Amino acid sequence: MIRVQEEDFDVGQEIKNMSAGNHAIGGLCSFVGLVREMAGSADIGAMTLEHYPGMTEKALEKIEAEANERWQLESSLIIHRYGKMEPGDQIVLVAAASPHREASFEACHFLIDFLKTKAPFWKLEDTSEGPKWVDARSSDDAAAARWVQT
Amino acid sequence: MINLLYFAWVRERVGIAAEEIAMPSDVATVGDLVAWQRQRGEGYAEAFADDDVVRTAVNQEHVDLGHPVKNGDEVAFFPPVTGG
Repeated sequence: MIRVQEEDFDVGQEIKNMSAGNHAIGGLCSFVGLVREMAGSADIGAMTLEHYPGMTEKALEKIEAEANERWQLESSLIIHRYGKMEPGDQIVLVAAASPHREASFEACHFLIDFLKTKAPFWKLEDTSEGPKWVDARSSDDAAAARWVQT
Repeated sequence: MINLLYFAWVRERVGIAAEEIAMPSDVATVGDLVAWQRQRGEGYAEAFADDDVVRTAVNQEHVDLGHPVKNGDEVAFFPPVTGG
């Protein structure tokens, strides 16, 4: 399942929902991304996440479908927020559940790495020097490239 | 007609979030459209200054500069994504 929403989410509740009634699940791995306070001269206050409604949902569905093709998953979840957030706030939750832990760890890692380079979201940080669009990082491209099958 | 959408700093530089334009006669690919955009004014020239930076989606799928553009398409331009 994928969800794109402005409101916060409850990780515990989401994980319970994923595994409820499915006793084939032996392991569930989750990753939560948070708004980080940056060190340095331009400390960030709030941050605003813009996205491309329509394409965002399609992109997340495609990433989730690929994870389900590559690993034997009983359940998978991507929740990504948009709008204004403060340091410490939750931005994203990805989770994968499978009979054995290996597939859930790998699929969870794949989901967040692919999401970071494929899903159309952009972060605008309020810094002490004014609003600033966050630059994409080549390390994120490298992280996603690890999962590309040749 | 084609629908053009702009996001993040591409939107700020162009000055609008969306517009509908008549398909320019000599545009066949995304690369042609980017070159056409660049000569529309100062904001466009600034937004589309670097082919290596601005990303494009046609009908909500990531594409490269060689991808065809045709009447009725939704074409979005944006910086490299920074979600997650």
